[in-house]
Amino acid sequence: MDVLFLSRLQFALTVGFHYIFPTISIGLGVILVIMEGMYLKTNNELYHNMTRFWVKIFGLTFAVGVATGIVMEFEFGTNWAVYSRYVGDVFGSALAAEGVFAFFLESGFLAILLFGWDKVSKTMHFVATILVAFGAHFSAVWIVVANSWQQTPAGFHIVGSGMEARAEILDFWAMVFNPSSMDRLSHVLMGSWQAGAWFVISVSAYYLLKKKYGDFARHSIKIALIVAVVASVLQLVTGHSSAVGVSEHQPAKMAAIEGHYEEQAPAPMYLFGWVDDQQQEVRFGVKIPGMLSWLITGDATTPITGLRSFEPPNRPPVNIVFQSYHLMVAIGLGLILLSALGIVYWSRGTLFRKRWLLWIFVFAVLGPQIANQVGWITAEVGRQPWIVYNLLRTSEGLSEAVTGNMVLGSIIMFGIIYMLLFVLFIYLLNEKIQKGPDGMGEDSLEAGHRA
Amino acid sequence: MDLNMIWFGLVGILFTGYAVLDGFDLGIGALHLFTDTDEERRLMINSIGPVWDGNEVWLVTGGGALFAAFPEAYATVFSGFYIAFMLFLLALIFRAVAIEFRSKQPMQWWRTMWDVGFALGSVLAAFLLGVAMGNIARGVPLDANHVFSGNLFHLIKPYTVLTGITTVALFAMHGSIYGVLKTTGELHDKLRRWVKNTIIFFILMYVITTMYTLLYVPHMATLIEAHPVLFVVPLITILAIANVPREYYYNRDFQAFLSSCVAVISLLALFGLGIFPNMVYSMPNPENSLTIYNAASSPRTLRIMLTIAAIGMPLVIAYTTSIYYIFRGKVELTEHSY
Repeated sequence: MDVLFLSRLQFALTVGFHYIFPTISIGLGVILVIMEGMYLKTNNELYHNMTRFWVKIFGLTFAVGVATGIVMEFEFGTNWAVYSRYVGDVFGSALAAEGVFAFFLESGFLAILLFGWDKVSKTMHFVATILVAFGAHFSAVWIVVANSWQQTPAGFHIVGSGMEARAEILDFWAMVFNPSSMDRLSHVLMGSWQAGAWFVISVSAYYLLKKKYGDFARHSIKIALIVAVVASVLQLVTGHSSAVGVSEHQPAKMAAIEGHYEEQAPAPMYLFGWVDDQQQEVRFGVKIPGMLSWLITGDATTPITGLRSFEPPNRPPVNIVFQSYHLMVAIGLGLILLSALGIVYWSRGTLFRKRWLLWIFVFAVLGPQIANQVGWITAEVGRQPWIVYNLLRTSEGLSEAVTGNMVLGSIIMFGIIYMLLFVLFIYLLNEKIQKGPDGMGEDSLEAGHRA
Repeated sequence: MDLNMIWFGLVGILFTGYAVLDGFDLGIGALHLFTDTDEERRLMINSIGPVWDGNEVWLVTGGGALFAAFPEAYATVFSGFYIAFMLFLLALIFRAVAIEFRSKQPMQWWRTMWDVGFALGSVLAAFLLGVAMGNIARGVPLDANHVFSGNLFHLIKPYTVLTGITTVALFAMHGSIYGVLKTTGELHDKLRRWVKNTIIFFILMYVITTMYTLLYVPHMATLIEAHPVLFVVPLITILAIANVPREYYYNRDFQAFLSSCVAVISLLALFGLGIFPNMVYSMPNPENSLTIYNAASSPRTLRIMLTIAAIGMPLVIAYTTSIYYIFRGKVELTEHSY
């Protein structure tokens, strides 16, 4: 089979699966800092129990994140050797920095978080929680910087030609602060905060519906709702800023996102639709004329570069980028609405009686997860056919020494293990949720009516 | 001493850090199946519980540093050893997940399944690391573009299997001594008995591998032959290895562990001196070898990385030391344990 297709499939599967876990860790990290901070401030045992429960969940997601993350570190070399040679001088230092500055911090202090309750003071434990949360955020920094450099390369020059060509660094900080890295980093972090927050909201809403651990659930959901509403509103800002950046630096991607073919014309924004790449048009769509032009330039009549400005071999696949982007935006807006509803009912004191909303909350955990996945599909498929934008084609980045059958074998291996891992992860997660937090009564019914 | 040599050394230090630290984790894993009761197995896992994850980060960072400093070597080795590395990743995934999942359920089949996963994952990871090192030492077929031109059967040779088994033996010894340090009572006594066997096993393998290397992989000795002062490294190796049973005999467990650490470090130093200045030795065409010069990134990148290392490594050493300090002493099972 085609080694290019298989290698892309393997990378997509392994990174997509991996990405479920660190996002939860990053978001949950923030929530843990708030919870344990409240515990130190109020000395209320409830916050202690909350922290301990969510630390256990954190440990579980972190373990699967580590196990699947180590694959990513080496997959550049195993499947994309030519790419690795090409970018190593620039890209490798970001990866090494991630290990030195993020992973050591995270994994070291996680030990205190999980096992150190009786070994260090309360304050020291809190410090460890903060450091783990920092470590989780740092790990996002370096990997997003590296990925952004592939999208919008900066601070380098090309040395050699043909097979020998490779990028060499000229300016480290220009590489780090390449045109897209800060937009994309903030977008990834806010997506992660939402993943963590909705995870906590979902479990807490479930407890409230089952009338279990009422105090625990109410306090957890409030903290998480605040994080969720902040992150989902900020996500609008980072998303907008990212889109403006994409249109400036990766116009072909922006054109694919909206299925905009005409070479130079004011562009509409579609609420939904289906891109017919043969006819070069969007079908069954509902559009707001001039909206894309207005959002990007502030003027609804400004032309936006369309896909026809690019030779067909330089265009990304359009429909998949269009669909994944629109799904992401729809979910993002839905999450703003949901978290705002939660806050409104909370302020009215009726949140915990709105069973329909709590049921939506239980399933809303899928929202950020799906949005994060399709967001990355937009970013990475939209980058095609380039592995390093406008410099190196994905088809040129493969390992010479690896055959289709070898990749097929490893895809099957990863497929089986990851399916097994996912089933077991959900199973153990469910066990932990059913078992509930330590030190909490099954429920205090009177507390159930207090809110 | 130029930048390339410094980075050869620094990448070596990261992988050595991995071998010293995760080495005993893998050794504990290898010995795990020989324990009898559930409590013993939990003690084994929890003896490395708070640290194994941080230990593995040395490998991740070493991989990142190799990518950044010597991208050609990173690309050639990982793509060339594709199947072996996929199995290695499989082993590490199983090891990690087994530690986390095992004690979360009480069922016998569940625990047995993860016990096997933990032990086999550890043994396989150690073995494959040894096989990879054996191949780097012996040489692999590279073409003029430094691309691996062999297949899996070029990687599995008597010598590489030998280095694989030797690595398992080394880590088993290292892990059993670590286990003695961390346990009390019956398990402690059991581990102490095993230390004796693992020492004998390792020394046997060490002698065979060394003889084999000197006879059939003589280029590993070129540098030391040319610079007799470097003979101090094999000397330290031999003294450290010999000191392990001596300290063990006098019941000085901590000193025995330190000796074992020195043995691991000096063995890796010996490996580094052996392959230097090559990163990947090409056989049968040595002129195609990847060296620390033709595999390296630009001097500017190496300098940037040096800054990163100068800021980061003291922090790493501080974290590592404080974690080991906080979790010092004998392991006990508590409500937070695995």
